[in-house]
Amino acid sequence: MKKLLSRVGHALKTFFLILWTFLKKVFAWIIKIIKKFFYLLTHNKVIMMDYRYLTLFGKLKIRITNKRRDAVYGFIFIGLWVIGFLALTLYPLIMSLIYSLNKVTITAGEGIQFSFIGFGNFISIFTADLDFITYVQAFIGQIVLYVPIILVISMMIAILLNQKIKFRGFFRSIYFLPVIIASGPVINELLKQGAGTIPMIEQTGLLTTLNAVLPSFLAKPIGSLFSQMIIVLWFSGVQIVLFLAGLQKIGKEIYEAAQIDGASPWESFWKITLPSLKNIILVSSIYTIVMLATFANNDIIQHIQKQMFDTSRGYGYSSALAWIYFLLVALILGIVAAMITGRKESKIKHRVGGGNI
Amino acid sequence: MKMKWQKFKAAFTPAKIRKFLFGMKLTDGFVFKLFIYLLLITIGFVYLYPLLHMISYSLKSLPDLLNPMVDQVPTGFYFQNFIDAFKTLKYFDTMSTSLLVTLVPAILQTFVASLVGYGFARFNFPGKKILLALVIATYIIPPQVTMIPKYVLFYNIGILESVWSIILPATFGQGLNSAIFILIFYQFYRMIPKALDEAAQIDGAGRFYIYFKIAIPLSIPSLITSFLFAFVWYWNETYISTLFLGRSIETLQMRLANFVSAYNAVLGGSGNIDYANEAIRMAATILIILPMLILYFILQRWFIEGIDKTGITGE
Repeated sequence: MKKLLSRVGHALKTFFLILWTFLKKVFAWIIKIIKKFFYLLTHNKVIMMDYRYLTLFGKLKIRITNKRRDAVYGFIFIGLWVIGFLALTLYPLIMSLIYSLNKVTITAGEGIQFSFIGFGNFISIFTADLDFITYVQAFIGQIVLYVPIILVISMMIAILLNQKIKFRGFFRSIYFLPVIIASGPVINELLKQGAGTIPMIEQTGLLTTLNAVLPSFLAKPIGSLFSQMIIVLWFSGVQIVLFLAGLQKIGKEIYEAAQIDGASPWESFWKITLPSLKNIILVSSIYTIVMLATFANNDIIQHIQKQMFDTSRGYGYSSALAWIYFLLVALILGIVAAMITGRKESKIKHRVGGGNI
Repeated sequence: MKMKWQKFKAAFTPAKIRKFLFGMKLTDGFVFKLFIYLLLITIGFVYLYPLLHMISYSLKSLPDLLNPMVDQVPTGFYFQNFIDAFKTLKYFDTMSTSLLVTLVPAILQTFVASLVGYGFARFNFPGKKILLALVIATYIIPPQVTMIPKYVLFYNIGILESVWSIILPATFGQGLNSAIFILIFYQFYRMIPKALDEAAQIDGAGRFYIYFKIAIPLSIPSLITSFLFAFVWYWNETYISTLFLGRSIETLQMRLANFVSAYNAVLGGSGNIDYANEAIRMAATILIILPMLILYFILQRWFIEGIDKTGITGE
């Protein structure tokens, strides 16, 4: 038995050795071919390349400098992205603008047909599509309400976690957990079951009083906020980690110096912590807005997709909706970025002005 | 006896008690610590509440569901829900397709993002700033704008309703949140000293050789973190995949979204009656998040600390 096994082992070994040498030869051969191919690619009538000069058509001489070589390699490295950007982002972007100005009909025989109607789609959105307008209002309400709350909550939690406490990693990983599991259908199921809210809120009848007291345009988003409190918390996992990383980068010495100067923790929060977190506030507010805007349960994007397959409206109408949505999101992002980055500059100006007087 | 009392008195003077409770500064007293822990635990409970709800509901039998006295904790463990959900989701079959449309794009996207990020970080070329701005712009553009022409494009090439409609964008750096990954790698590679590259160049290494032999080994932690995030995001993504994959390729998430009809088809209900009760739906939800939960508990270090290490916060 042992003899047999050793014989089999030996046979296998020789087999693999032969295979390996064969493969090596094949690889060497392939590499040779590739090298020859590249040689031909750079040494022909059209392109002639040596160490110093690149000659095009035998006439145009270009000196190869380090800078130029760098640029070529840079474009080779980002080439995939550039192709992807042109073909899968820029081209669709322009096409969807064209679609939005047309009535697009799809027939089985002739494929897609366009008939130019100018801004017809846009006009009918604002005059005839009541659903979209209510969705947009709800979306703006959601952004105005959710983004500050998510930012404040995640900053608070990050500050709590930044204290000298045990089990920091444990708490942090609990707060980050929702990022891993929150998908459209999962959250949908949870909301259907009423698991998106803290049970206490429903029992105290907070929602009914809210509806009774406040006007409906305010009560609706606030009510939905309370009924989705946990979901709001679930959206703040990444932001917590971002804030925590930012907090840990602030040196302890600054706080100590401020303390010696007699600053209370409250003051040092407003004067030290918040200004040093400004960049992270910007990053996480952009992240939050984009996440809310592209989340699969968002009413507007559901609406856009529904119109796409609607026979009377179709691709053109849907593209117009998408473009309006894009401009809306860009506008919101612009406003938020301006709000966050603009404030400090005005403060500095003010201070300088005060100094001159 | 008296000695002991003296000792006791010395140990618990009001000043010492005050120091213990409130500390020297605001932030190191016992009361403050207790408050922080209570707050953290409460928030943690709120975070975990949906999960607990899911687990408790998924174990409820039908009488438990109908009985209003049984609120949070089921009377017994009822595993039939999981078996039904398992059958309805066609778990292993669907899981393999899910993994196919998740793993392959995630790997490709991570690699391409690192390539592009390296290109941006290491080489100077005309128009670099504009291109970087465009990378950020692709993150801000909602996918809905480009979705319809892409749909038509994919239809014309003939890759609609096939895996390629997910893989192709990932290969060209236009996948899900690709811009974030490109920026992460851009940040990361900028932090690696250029002297390393120069030393290798003097030894005669080409640009690609440097990338594969120096940059990639140095960035393995970033690669792992990016891959994990890409994996999780692709797993949780439903909007684009529903549109591009259609009904021909179903992922687990899509089957959950159409759970009722799937349940009726597999386990023989009829009409529009909701045979799939809450317990079964919750069991199905658990089955879907389970792979991610396991992944998270094994590799959570990479998820969280990865964000710090990749330096995305350092802008």
